[in-house]
Amino acid sequence: MKIRILNRRDSFAGLFFILLGLAGSHAASGYPLGSAMRMGAGYFPLLLGAVLAVLGAVVLIRSVRVTDDEPAQDDGFALRPAVLVGAGVIVFALVVQQLGLVLATVALTLVSGHAHREVRFGELLGLSAVLSAFGVAVFAYGLGVPLPVGPA
Amino acid sequence: MELLSHLAIGVDAAFTGTNLLYCFAGVTLGTLIGVLPGLGPVATIAMLLPVTYGLPPTAALIMLSGIYYGAQYGGSTAAILVNMPGESSSVVTCLDGHAMAKQGRAGAALGIAAIGSFFAGTVATLVVAVAATPLAVFALKFGPAEYFALMVLGLVAAVVLAQGDILKAVAMTLAGLLLGLVGVDVNSGEERFTFGLPQLADGISFVVISMGVFGIGEIIANLERDERRDVAAVRVGRILPSRDDYRRSWKPVLRGSALGSLLGVLPGGGAMLGSFASYMVEKRLAKDPSRFGKGAIEGVAGPESANNAGAQTSFIPLLVMGLPANAVMALMIGAMMIHGIVPGPQVMSERPELFWGVIVSMWVGNAMLLLLNLPLIGVWVKLLAVPYRVLYPAILLFCCIGVYSVNNQMFDVLLTVAFGLLGYLFIKLRCEPAPLLLGFVLGPMLEENLRRAMLLSRGDPTVFLTRPLSLALLLLALALIVVMALPRLRATREVAFAEG
Repeated sequence: MKIRILNRRDSFAGLFFILLGLAGSHAASGYPLGSAMRMGAGYFPLLLGAVLAVLGAVVLIRSVRVTDDEPAQDDGFALRPAVLVGAGVIVFALVVQQLGLVLATVALTLVSGHAHREVRFGELLGLSAVLSAFGVAVFAYGLGVPLPVGPA
Repeated sequence: MELLSHLAIGVDAAFTGTNLLYCFAGVTLGTLIGVLPGLGPVATIAMLLPVTYGLPPTAALIMLSGIYYGAQYGGSTAAILVNMPGESSSVVTCLDGHAMAKQGRAGAALGIAAIGSFFAGTVATLVVAVAATPLAVFALKFGPAEYFALMVLGLVAAVVLAQGDILKAVAMTLAGLLLGLVGVDVNSGEERFTFGLPQLADGISFVVISMGVFGIGEIIANLERDERRDVAAVRVGRILPSRDDYRRSWKPVLRGSALGSLLGVLPGGGAMLGSFASYMVEKRLAKDPSRFGKGAIEGVAGPESANNAGAQTSFIPLLVMGLPANAVMALMIGAMMIHGIVPGPQVMSERPELFWGVIVSMWVGNAMLLLLNLPLIGVWVKLLAVPYRVLYPAILLFCCIGVYSVNNQMFDVLLTVAFGLLGYLFIKLRCEPAPLLLGFVLGPMLEENLRRAMLLSRGDPTVFLTRPLSLALLLLALALIVVMALPRLRATREVAFAEG
């Protein structure tokens, strides 16, 4: 018999809740607590954080058992979509105010477009043209979203 | 009759040319986005929210509810045609709807879904109109202790309804409550969890969280899957159901409308609970239950009516008490706040044209869905054939601009990326995000009412147990917890979700 992590997903989830709960209650303990009658800014979040951390601990403990069973297989993280989709949106946010909606849309499409397992560069170029035309017509002119169209 | 005069106010407000136009635009846009695979009503509404900012409040709410029904119907279309449910309430529709589509009867499935939804929508609109006034009078008796107890009940219900692990769902709710407290504390002026960032002083926008978790997070998860859709193989067939279809469907539609209307009102309820319940009821009542899952039209008619009825009656707690029953209503509350309307029992007396206008336009929206969807099914089929690699950059662009336009802040877009990655993590860790969003919206209200109740009782926590209404609500919440802790019932719940 061995102690095994039967469910790695739950272990991570438990750890995540513990960390979030502890961080929350730690930060909350820095705010005025007040009393049960006159609760300060820290009272409710301190309580929430503590309960969350306890629940996280239960989730974590539950995922570790003394057993002979093989641990459940878990699927890995898809780094490529996560990184490229995130990067595309970040690039958009960082450049749109200087370079304008058109170029930012092109950047977003080209960067995040590479997140798909099947990249067709020509198609992405066409798509970015269509999307920036649509974005300018609908959002910048139609709905009046205050974003520059071209480079400032 | 009071009801008639109320409805007359609503008809006056809803049947103006511009409001009809906004209702139509909402329903069309909602269906258009909602039909795209992998996009549920929450993501659809969050994405289309900026479109309504410039409108007057009544028009904006009418359009948003139109978007909601449209998205719901679009989700059913995607479920039937390509077996990809946009959200949990159309999961059930996939079972028999997609089976019908494989037999070349997609048209009949879509037709009965539209007709059943319209009937259910009509019933539910009447339910909302009849129930609203007495409930609002009742809600005026609510003090802080009652509101607190009601919110606890709502959160518990959301946990029971979450798919998968209950413990993790509770933890997600608490995490949501914590996130909801970010920003300046209204009572003391103390900044909480802002890390000194001025952009966080007003709290995190609910659009940021919903777009991140339900939009970007879903996209990453979809990209990881090797998805193949066989739209081309689906023949729509004749759209109007046959006489035999009607004969089989009318009872499920009636039962679905009743179940959906009833279950939709429950906090934590909404569209999903009704459609699950209706499917199980129809299967149990059927002479030959083995037909279910193999294209039984009753399995489409019942749940589709139920989810539309539930979608509508879930407006009751929002309009009457200012409490969101589910994630979609949480978005609605945010939208109302943006237009300067504080939801609660006072809306009905202070803004009758808005309140009754929205209710009447619910029915108008359903009528439009029926007229719009049957002829346009061909268009939706074409839209479903668009490959995902073209679709998701477009969705990302809408997310970016939608989030930006809430506060005109690029910081919000960056924060959305963070929540997108978090949302993907949640999917990987099998943590349901819906309770998190509900907790997030209720967080500040829950704290506020807890504080007030404790202040009124001079720090005596038994106040929640000595006031009869609050006690009843808390006992109901406790009963729900006990029920889901019982091993036998827990097994039934797992079977119910496994069936779904």
